[in-house]
Amino acid sequence: MEKVKAAIIGSGNIGTDLLYKLKRSNILEPTIMAGIIPESEGLARARKEGLVTTHEGIEGLLQLADQFDIAFEATTARAHMENAPLLKKANKIAIDLTPAAVGPYVIPLVNLNEHLGEPNVNLVSCGGQATVPFVHAMREVAPVEYAEIVATIASKSAGPGTRQNIDEFTDTTARGLEKIGGAKHGKAIIVLNPAEPPILMRNTIYGIVEETDPEKLLRSIERMLTRIKEYVPGYRLRAKPLIEDVPDGKKKVTLFVEVEGAGDYLPKYAGNLDMMTSAAVKVGDEIGKHLLAGTWKKKDNVEARA
Amino acid sequence: MSDKVKIHILDSTLRDGSHALAHQFTAEQVTNVVKALDDAGVEIIEVSHGDGLGGSTVTYGFSKQSELELLKAASSVIKKAKLAVLLLPGIGTKDDLKMAADFGAKVAQIATHVTEADISEQHVGVAKKMGMEVISMLMMSHMGSPEKIAEQGKLVESYGSDVVLVTDSAGALMPHSAKERIAALRAAVKIDIGFHGHNNLSLAVANSVAAIEEGARWLDACTCGLGAGSGNTPTEVIAAVLDKLGYETGIDLWKIMDVAEEIVQPIMPKPVRIGKVSLTMGYAGIYSSFLLHADRAAEKFGVDARDILVELGKLKLVGGQEDQIVEVALALAEKKKQVPGRENLQT
Repeated sequence: MEKVKAAIIGSGNIGTDLLYKLKRSNILEPTIMAGIIPESEGLARARKEGLVTTHEGIEGLLQLADQFDIAFEATTARAHMENAPLLKKANKIAIDLTPAAVGPYVIPLVNLNEHLGEPNVNLVSCGGQATVPFVHAMREVAPVEYAEIVATIASKSAGPGTRQNIDEFTDTTARGLEKIGGAKHGKAIIVLNPAEPPILMRNTIYGIVEETDPEKLLRSIERMLTRIKEYVPGYRLRAKPLIEDVPDGKKKVTLFVEVEGAGDYLPKYAGNLDMMTSAAVKVGDEIGKHLLAGTWKKKDNVEARA
Repeated sequence: MSDKVKIHILDSTLRDGSHALAHQFTAEQVTNVVKALDDAGVEIIEVSHGDGLGGSTVTYGFSKQSELELLKAASSVIKKAKLAVLLLPGIGTKDDLKMAADFGAKVAQIATHVTEADISEQHVGVAKKMGMEVISMLMMSHMGSPEKIAEQGKLVESYGSDVVLVTDSAGALMPHSAKERIAALRAAVKIDIGFHGHNNLSLAVANSVAAIEEGARWLDACTCGLGAGSGNTPTEVIAAVLDKLGYETGIDLWKIMDVAEEIVQPIMPKPVRIGKVSLTMGYAGIYSSFLLHADRAAEKFGVDARDILVELGKLKLVGGQEDQIVEVALALAEKKKQVPGRENLQT
């Protein structure tokens, strides 16, 4: 079957993990990896997997423009700000794993269909990918007054970008809980834990929802869990969802989540990073299906946001 | 001018003390305490949710009144003292700091786990830019070796912090281990050094004195020792001790004793004491703020709070991971029911 060709920009940990995940895709075929360091391990691994590589960054990649349709941006926000207009001009679809947020935020199981045709989509944050689907699952049953999440990640899995701008995580994730998850108010907390051996990513998700049947909430949560496990097999609930009565006839839902990475290239404890690469491939697959079926309609980014 | 060595005291009754009241301070109480502390000559008065700005959450407990209201109340009566706030990057953000500065905060305590100071660079920078004095707190200092603390101290110094605090969040340090950490910092940084103690092993005052002897010049304290776990270094006690040792704090001893007895004590739901759970925290090195959360979870799920703490210790939990307490309690309760294994949703 014909596949959609995909390029990876960035030959670091994330780009390399994407490489192995894309190799397994039934929809996408990774064809190019673009980096900036000729001797980087990522580029060597990509060559070994049969990809064309360039160490001349975006310029090198755009010289191979006939060999890809979708580009995964696994560099930095700053780099993507520069790359985004160039990719758009070359008529390529960008899936942005950086915090640049040039395009709209996308959580694959929740709002991808609203953004069909977007030339550029952004993946929110690891915490957003891990928690927003469940706020949405609650919202499908009853209005969510308030959603709060605590993401605890291994210190070793937080790169310098995250560390230097930790507010970006809290702000972006909280907005995701509201705008995509559908909570009236959202709050996100991140904790870095330096324990050795490194801990798996954990997320606690709280939702304060309007009075509703707890069974309905449970079923909606279970359905979402099944769907998320399809692309993140290491996503688990560590205990049964806790549903309690709180004042004003509302319900408080608590979910204890653990995310173990697939260990493709990133270590298994880095479930937070795996969450991002898995979501990226899921988004790529969905876009790819539309491209193959001819149902992908391009629309101008500015228009789409107006 | 006296030639006595000056020790800077930050009174955190309305911040760390907030843990002991499950963050239920009212604007009226804040007004009364700030007025009295100011009048007693306390140099810096801190007002925030116990877990810092933005800490009013399901995870850490909702405040009775918003930080904005409490800060407004504090700045409306404060005269000589400087108003301080606490921020934990990851919980609060730079926007919270800006709000606090708008409401008159002059000092920002920026706290991270002892190994993670590099997440605070932006926050220190923003606070400095707004003209605030910045105190960097290295929490759970007992989990960091003196070398680690020296390394992290250098980091916060490079970000522009004015003071670095060895922060004994678990009340687990001994006088000698507090001293080792202060000494390591003194050899590594030029900025001022301080100490924040908890009384889980009844060593908060002794450790503070040890820190001063080793060159620390800043201390955190709480009137009546109000605070997380077994409470903090009592302001009125450390003021008396430092006075006897010949240091200058600017605090009027009789007045601060009156504040403790007449203003703060009546607000306290129960006296702060070293109970079996908070003692276990000091003994096992557990974050003091977990106390009420562990107590509540223990009662709710019918398990011993100490067993919860032991599990939390095994998981090497750091400050901010209050969310894990209920999960651990749930798991212990399941185990007690002798259900084999954990019940997971997926099969």
